[in-house]
Amino acid sequence: MSVHLPSHHPQPQQGAERLMLAVAGIGLLPLLLLALVAVLALTEPRFLGTANLLNILRSASVLAVVASGQMLVLIVGGFDLSVGAVVALSSTVGATAMAGAAASGVSPALAITVGCAAGLGAGALVGLVNGLCVAVLKVSPFMVTLGTMSAASGVALLLTNGIPVYGLPDGFVTGFGRAVWLGLPSALVVSLILLGVVAVLQRHTLAGPALRAVGGNVQAARVSGVAVRGWTVSAYVGCSLLAALTGLLLTARIGSGQASLGGLNMTMESIATAVIAGVSLRGGAGRVEMVALGAVFLAVISNAMNLSRVDSKAQLVVLGVILIAAVALDELGKRRRVRV
Amino acid sequence: MTDSHNGGFSPGPAGPGDGAPPLLMLSGIGKRFGGVRALGDASLTLTAGSVHVLLGENGAGKSTLINIIAGTFGPDAGSYCLDGQAVRGLTPHRARQAGISAVFQEFSLAPNLTVEENLFLGRERHRLGVLDRRAMRARAQAVLDDLGFDISPRQRTGDLSRAHQQMVEIAKALMDPVKVLILDEPTASLTEAETERLFALVDRLRAEGVGIIYVSHRLREIIRLADRITVLRDGCTITSIDAAGVTEDGLVELMTGRRMDALYPQIPHDPGAALLELSGLTLANRTVEDVSLIARAGEITGIAGLVGCGKSEVIRAVYGLETLNGGEIRLKGQPYRPSGPARALAAGVCYFPSDRVAEGLALGRPIRENASMAALDRQKGVVRRGQERSFIKATMDRLRLRPANIERAVGTLSGGNRQKVMLARGLTRPTQVFLFDEPTVGIDVGAKAEVYDFLRDLVRDGAAVVLVSSDLPEVLHLSNRLYVMHRGHIAAELTGADITEAQVLACFFQEDAA
Ligand SMILES: Nc1ncnc2c1ncn2[C@@H]1O[C@H](COP(=O)(O)OP(=O)(O)OP(=O)(O)O)[C@@H](O)[C@H]1O
Ligand SMILES: [Mg+2]
Repeated sequence: MSVHLPSHHPQPQQGAERLMLAVAGIGLLPLLLLALVAVLALTEPRFLGTANLLNILRSASVLAVVASGQMLVLIVGGFDLSVGAVVALSSTVGATAMAGAAASGVSPALAITVGCAAGLGAGALVGLVNGLCVAVLKVSPFMVTLGTMSAASGVALLLTNGIPVYGLPDGFVTGFGRAVWLGLPSALVVSLILLGVVAVLQRHTLAGPALRAVGGNVQAARVSGVAVRGWTVSAYVGCSLLAALTGLLLTARIGSGQASLGGLNMTMESIATAVIAGVSLRGGAGRVEMVALGAVFLAVISNAMNLSRVDSKAQLVVLGVILIAAVALDELGKRRRVRV
Repeated sequence: MTDSHNGGFSPGPAGPGDGAPPLLMLSGIGKRFGGVRALGDASLTLTAGSVHVLLGENGAGKSTLINIIAGTFGPDAGSYCLDGQAVRGLTPHRARQAGISAVFQEFSLAPNLTVEENLFLGRERHRLGVLDRRAMRARAQAVLDDLGFDISPRQRTGDLSRAHQQMVEIAKALMDPVKVLILDEPTASLTEAETERLFALVDRLRAEGVGIIYVSHRLREIIRLADRITVLRDGCTITSIDAAGVTEDGLVELMTGRRMDALYPQIPHDPGAALLELSGLTLANRTVEDVSLIARAGEITGIAGLVGCGKSEVIRAVYGLETLNGGEIRLKGQPYRPSGPARALAAGVCYFPSDRVAEGLALGRPIRENASMAALDRQKGVVRRGQERSFIKATMDRLRLRPANIERAVGTLSGGNRQKVMLARGLTRPTQVFLFDEPTVGIDVGAKAEVYDFLRDLVRDGAAVVLVSSDLPEVLHLSNRLYVMHRGHIAAELTGADITEAQVLACFFQEDAA
């Protein structure tokens, strides 16, 4: 005996609805990005220049890495305000350790290793504190990461007194940070690799379904035997590690450790990027490819504003408006999907 | 059905023989949640190859006991033996490794995951953390096919109906070889055909030597399936008996400790004006096509049908929760265009959803607030706390809420008691048309009788009641006029003496048989 159940697939619809479906299929973001690029290419001759394009990609790649970390935390239903501060922390801690080691006369390779380990370790520590407070003590992610944000940027300032840390080995700055590989800036290549790693983790490993289950329905995840605490902590640590790596990449490019890197602005951009990319603020959904596109989108917008000499303060207003619009769209999309 | 999806499991050398230790033995189990005692002294002995029914009123502690067996949380007191070995520090993961698998009352599915991801959640096939998606998809499809569930493994779980989610939940429990299978009200949102298939499955697993713990408020099922019955009352095991020869009345008496005259009340149908008329109703998603029906004041209009036949969607459409594509709705003779719940409530239409967690209740808020929610806009911003409290209290007492404290958060209530809070809502504002979607899902016989009395009172007061239910005896007994739906269409309209089980079943399967 087999019971046939009517399928719930909608029948072919009229033109407007078909267009809506197509948009929903591809997603709004790629289409918006294409339109934006097309308009800029036609109206702004400098836009398509190689230097300009590389510039856009370089800033997009930095943002994409931080935002993909933010995405991990958003997926488990959390929130991380400390990413910008972690960028500054890893830059200053890493640079201080590296310069110190280099000055003490060890080989440059060892100094670089020590510096990177120190930067990453500092980042991981912040992530661990965030994750443990959220997963074990059940403190709200907002409060915890607000606290660690303040503490991390405080440490970065204390360590440097606000003065850039110089004395980094040449191999780190010219040999890595300002190097060009395959015609691309090294930071861009490293970022692409990092995003690829996150994408593989998300699609092909246990982390994908586990993180989404924790964000989608904690109770279900728990009774299904998912290690909820462990995955929550991993998400925060992963997020901080990606931010710390970004800090090191920026340090290598500028050639000095600076407490002014990252900051609140980068935190906000990372959240905006994630939300534009369709990462749900309620947890449970988000794809790193889209986050990368979202970062490119924001980078193109800010590049367009730079080219047309929009005041940097006005740019902040635009970023705020985009963030709110993205959140509102996310909310509207949910409304359509959820019954009632 | 092809190969056994219970894979490698065989009863083992011990088998269900006489000398072997029981599969599971719990005794003196106690559990408190804050100040609430959920279990006091619960015991249960499960032998391999048998179906053990846990019987008890809403809030008796059945789900709590099941959660302890499945390792969701630990007991505060008592002993737990599996295969004669004492068990300590059980987690859901270890319980599953030991072959204990549960179908929970409140689903353990993440809505944002696909069906296959949910099926494998917590025990993904992987090598060094790298998922073997192909193997998982094949296995998921095989299990679903074997169970005869028409669900695609790649669908998003949250997009499925409650009944289909129930099927996924069942499939999930059977992904690995099981020794102990726990079913907590698995049929609550299934209809006859799916239920029969589930029973066949239970019979098969029992024959394979699996120990099955079964919780249900449907007495017919209990009599059909049970080998042994353990009765819980207020968190304590009252008795444990052999199921041979028990009757429905006997079960009711065991459970409540008192006799009950009749489950279904005499309903004085007195059909009056047509309050709700649908003609040619068609939904944008085609789950309902060309449905015409009438609900009159002073009678119960039933809608029966298989899962997915569109019966819920019909009343959801009236309440403004589905997008219409064609057809006409008339309310009290006036044309009516549904635009959403607020409009419907204002027009005197109230809808009671079947999925109380997703659509109905704010779990963190007190019962009082949840029950008075529908009346909020009528209070002009001022909430008269005292009046509200005594009114809600009286309503909840009538529905026999347990525990009878209306200030507790809804999230701490047992499944059946949550449903009672939903029902209380309809009483808080003047309403002429009541749309019920599975109103007695998961509630015990005592409370069911209260709900039926509640329906009778509504009808006597001249309201039009539309009852959508998968519980066939329920719609058969209560409806004065019964529509049977099949694949989105009305297959039959039965009245009076024509409302028989045989007639309805014939309509369910008409085209499939042809
Ligand atoms: N998380 C919790 N916090 C507080 N109290 C709880 C919690 N879970 C259950 N309880 C209480 O424990 C008691 C037993 O609940 P349980 O869910 O086991 O009942 P049940 O027998 O399964 O009822 P039903 O037939 O309605 O599903 C109830 O009084 C309930 O309110
Ligand atoms: Mg229960």
